[in-house]
Amino acid sequence: MIAADIVSDEDLELLLIEVASLYGYDFTEYSKASIKRRINRICLIDKHKSFAELRYKVLNDQSYLSRFIEEVTVNVTEMFRDPFFYKELKEKIIPQLGVNPYIKIWIAGCSTGEEVYSISILLHEANLAHKSIIYATDINPTVLEKAKTGIYPINQMKLYTENYQNGGGTEDFSSYYSANYDHVSFKEYLRKNVIFSTHNLASDRSFNEFQLIICRNVLIYFDKVLQDKVFNLFDASLEPLGYLALGSKETIRFSNLNQTYKQIEKEKIWKKIK
Amino acid sequence: MEKNKINLGIEILVIGGSAGSFEVLLQILPNIKPNLKFAVLVVLHRKHNSNTSIADLFGNKTVIPVYECEDKDNLMPGNIYFAPPDYHLLIENDRTVSLDYSEKENYSRPAIDLTFKSASDIYKEKTAGILLSGANRDGADGLKYISENYGTTIVQNPNEAEISTMPNEALKLFEPDYVLGTKEIIELINSF
Repeated sequence: MIAADIVSDEDLELLLIEVASLYGYDFTEYSKASIKRRINRICLIDKHKSFAELRYKVLNDQSYLSRFIEEVTVNVTEMFRDPFFYKELKEKIIPQLGVNPYIKIWIAGCSTGEEVYSISILLHEANLAHKSIIYATDINPTVLEKAKTGIYPINQMKLYTENYQNGGGTEDFSSYYSANYDHVSFKEYLRKNVIFSTHNLASDRSFNEFQLIICRNVLIYFDKVLQDKVFNLFDASLEPLGYLALGSKETIRFSNLNQTYKQIEKEKIWKKIK
Repeated sequence: MEKNKINLGIEILVIGGSAGSFEVLLQILPNIKPNLKFAVLVVLHRKHNSNTSIADLFGNKTVIPVYECEDKDNLMPGNIYFAPPDYHLLIENDRTVSLDYSEKENYSRPAIDLTFKSASDIYKEKTAGILLSGANRDGADGLKYISENYGTTIVQNPNEAEISTMPNEALKLFEPDYVLGTKEIIELINSF
């Protein structure tokens, strides 16, 4: 059975405005259908029987806030998800980055870090890690803590190994981690050049200039207005001739970047040409 | 099986299918007449990581344009849209699409239930839903939800479905407006 929504459109709008003004987390420009579903889902899981109950908890119990944020934002991710994307990155983009004296990459919305370790592996295999810095950011401090540990369930490794190989990886994937009962730890050297930090795409500014910005399956949760703001933030944070990489069903087609960025090949990677 | 129902003018037709549905869609979609007054949105469980586009597979068999949705695409009447593999598909008030890469539902992503509910929330009684062959129970609850919101519901005749689990799960839950074979489904769509 599909339960009727506990939180209506009007409730949702009210709550998001209150959360923004009280805590500074602004979800008001998130895509409505998606966030409404997330919030109704929290009500079901945490057994809030009414909107008033949820609202009281969120506004009066600061310790509940981190749970709220964790459930509202989606943190599902994979290593080497969409192997063809990683193949294009490995073959077409990373070698280009290599001509720079140093390489700065921003992974925006890095969640629990699976993409960060994937990119770090590509940089090591291209012998570019020593002159690279990856800035890995997320709105949610809890997932960043997890990302820093590099510890993932061992039952994911079969899929990740397949992804890695389909993405053109030729090394022994298991050499990048050590197994420990039901978990694996990715090797320390893979995060040596990574800076993990909170950053809120909806409200924080540009903090550096990069040659590559990777932001995959984050913008799908934003409405068009916020998407545009974030595209401008990325544009301001990319060096001339830098690259922007998005999720496989995300596009700059509806934004003004469409004029000044050129898609490289089939995958969702664009080059800043002006 | 047909109930007396005033046809209020369909604005979206959502079709859900899993194992055994691809062949049915190959019969249905090419036979839909052009100039539809509504959008057709198909949610099909299929293997992720195949590099062939579903829009290409169907596009050269149909008169009607076929698209695989990208985020924020506008659902326009007269077109056929497919949910992309490995994303849930939700619909916004302005009839654009929001993709969602959250947890699987009913072991599925895209989940038919989610898109059926979302379509029903937006288009209300102007939603028509069809549930085709499949080996799990995704879509049954969503189709019931469409029915409860006064939309039009169609279940593929289980005797004709390659795998009857999915149609049967829906029939266990409620009585749809129609239980039809492939030929009748085509006729009904063309009468909307």
